[in-house]
Amino acid sequence: MIRKKKCVAMLLAGGQGSRLYALTNNIAKPAVSFGGKYRIIDFPLSNCVNSGIDTVGVLTQYQPLVLNDYIGNGQPWDLDRAFGGVHILSPYQGKNSSDWYKGTANAIYQNLHFIKQFDPDYVLILSGDHIYKMNYSIMVNYHILKNADCTIAAINVPKEDASRFGILNVDENDVIYEFEEKPSNPKSTLASMGIYVFSAQKLYKYLEEDNGDTKSSNDFGKDILPKMLNCGERMLAYEYSGYWKDVGTIESLYDANMDLLGDKPKFDIFDTSWKIQSRSPLAPPHYVGDGAKTANSIIMSGSEIFGEVENSVLASNVIVKKGAKIRNSILMSGAIIDENSEINYAIVDENVFVGKNCVVGNDCGSKNNITVLGRGIKVSDGVKIKNGSMVDKDVTGEEK
Amino acid sequence: MPELASIRTLGSIPFGGRYRLIDFPLSNMVNSGIDTVGIITKNNYQSLMDHVGSGKDWDLARKDGGVIILPPYGELQNSTLYGSRLEALKGITSFLFRADEDFVIMTDCDAVCRVNYNDIIENHIRRRSDITLVYKKREITDCNEKITTLDLNEEGRVIGVNYKEESEENKELYNCFTNIFVMKRSLLQNLVMESISRNRKHFMNDVIASNLKTLKINGYEFNGFYAGITSLQAYYESNLALLDQNVSHELFGDRSVFTKIRDSAPTKYGNSAIVKNSMIADGCEILGEVENSILFRNVKVGRGSVIKNSIVMQNSVLGENCSLNCIITDKNVTITDRKNLSGSLNHPFYVGKGIMI
Repeated sequence: MIRKKKCVAMLLAGGQGSRLYALTNNIAKPAVSFGGKYRIIDFPLSNCVNSGIDTVGVLTQYQPLVLNDYIGNGQPWDLDRAFGGVHILSPYQGKNSSDWYKGTANAIYQNLHFIKQFDPDYVLILSGDHIYKMNYSIMVNYHILKNADCTIAAINVPKEDASRFGILNVDENDVIYEFEEKPSNPKSTLASMGIYVFSAQKLYKYLEEDNGDTKSSNDFGKDILPKMLNCGERMLAYEYSGYWKDVGTIESLYDANMDLLGDKPKFDIFDTSWKIQSRSPLAPPHYVGDGAKTANSIIMSGSEIFGEVENSVLASNVIVKKGAKIRNSILMSGAIIDENSEINYAIVDENVFVGKNCVVGNDCGSKNNITVLGRGIKVSDGVKIKNGSMVDKDVTGEEK
Repeated sequence: MPELASIRTLGSIPFGGRYRLIDFPLSNMVNSGIDTVGIITKNNYQSLMDHVGSGKDWDLARKDGGVIILPPYGELQNSTLYGSRLEALKGITSFLFRADEDFVIMTDCDAVCRVNYNDIIENHIRRRSDITLVYKKREITDCNEKITTLDLNEEGRVIGVNYKEESEENKELYNCFTNIFVMKRSLLQNLVMESISRNRKHFMNDVIASNLKTLKINGYEFNGFYAGITSLQAYYESNLALLDQNVSHELFGDRSVFTKIRDSAPTKYGNSAIVKNSMIADGCEILGEVENSILFRNVKVGRGSVIKNSIVMQNSVLGENCSLNCIITDKNVTITDRKNLSGSLNHPFYVGKGIMI
């Protein structure tokens, strides 16, 4: 018997995520913290493992250090396998050429040899910046059942949002007959989720052709998929109806975090039937002191709460000192908020220190003008930071 | 401690919200650079094997050394279940023989503390000791079983070994032995073989106490937080001691107590949650009140329920409008709506594993 895999997943994790501003100054978007315990990449990785896909190539390019460290040998996801498992695929120097990944399709093209060593029948292409729980094996089976060459996961979006997405126009059998990239007058509301299943041989063929085409931007959405459609390949839409969020902007990242809160959260991470695995911090249980308040919030191990926390998501090893008030905010791991400081409508990145009596954001804030304090910065005592500020350097003295 | 230990071996008793007792000595060893560890087990060790596994969570899954579980009947000559520490040591002679380390550290699983074994070994070498016994100076106030105390001369050499059966309040400070020994591996091997050949049974009496004159046996004082988990009451008190931030920081401040990693979601607080002076592990869902308590992973506290001075182990579920005061629930306990349970601070009430009330 020849050792092979039925399906290999390729996870595109090289994007800079420039719309996350200060949050991605030093780390790749998929490594951004989410939901107190996770990083964005935990979701596609866990989905793979839970779907029985144990071979995953992670394509990294932009600031990969944190991401590479985080994934390591893949053990937290049970992806430390002798045959298969998770592999980090960085751009490399070849004998005849060496290049950064030019586009999503080029990134996969440069790693075809990785895919081919597993001789898969199907290749699953995933993005590293989506929050969702999805059983990919159902999608692959749908692809097989429908005898498709390429299947694209799609979700119905509100009509007013449709012009921000790639829209799929399908017939009554879900066969795609037209793509519209960010149309001003969308004909349908079925948006591509950026999740594709290809029959492996078709993928190889089109990637090789695309590489020879000097006019191509080497992108799946812009080049490969339209070309396949033009050549008459059978392309299907696979409609998904669960929770799905592209967290490419501050606002959507904030929203997705807040979707975890409430009695009946929009997105349920407590569901033990579809566990999201992650590299867990080695911290003791969190401590809530006398006089503290913890209402409608998520709190992770290692944190110490002596102040008030409301409608907020706190990651591991966060310290909220006496008199501090945290509202409607996201505090990433290692953040320290000193006495009597107030944080409202803010995202506070890892290892930020906010001194005493500071005010970051206020009640007039909203999800449209979230204040962001970038990784590792220090805010000196008494500083006020206005709603919607994007801070990536230490702040001393004067008002910002 | 029949309550917690009847269903599991001492080392796998849950402690401090996410740990098991064995995590403390194991982590101390790893943090002291010791990477060959044998765990001697006697009975009920299924849960321990499940917890320790390959040792990877302690970085002890090694080609060379690493952690090894040493069950009884592990060697050909072990035809009976050993009845004493001495017999247990005899049962692992080939493990001791194979190792190439100079020194052996022996510790029990019931000692919750952060200790750097290197300091003890250094002290052992500097004082040219044959054996070092680690002790903690403290009052004996709890109603524990036998406590071993050491008499020391002015140079710190052990000159007598006593047992205190606790009865009345006693304000005197005793040198209480922590069951941590250090000696050369070759000496341990010789002592064990000699004692066995003379049909001796009791390690402390027959090996240590009877050699006080012939061997240089020194005491080493440990000054940090130390909790000996010898009774349910001691278990209860030492868990609640972690609510003191000084104790918690001493044990966990450098984040290097290792344990088996589970994938729990973060803990979620509802709008109605009120929590004071408590330690809460991941994966909990809290809608009620929690005060002076320790909640392990995945505990659910329903609306209107109140938990005070209690220890609630993992996967336990409290319905609505319950109250617990001075209670220890084992794992997977279910308390249905409107139940009130109460023990007292000096006599906590224990609810066994998996029980539904």
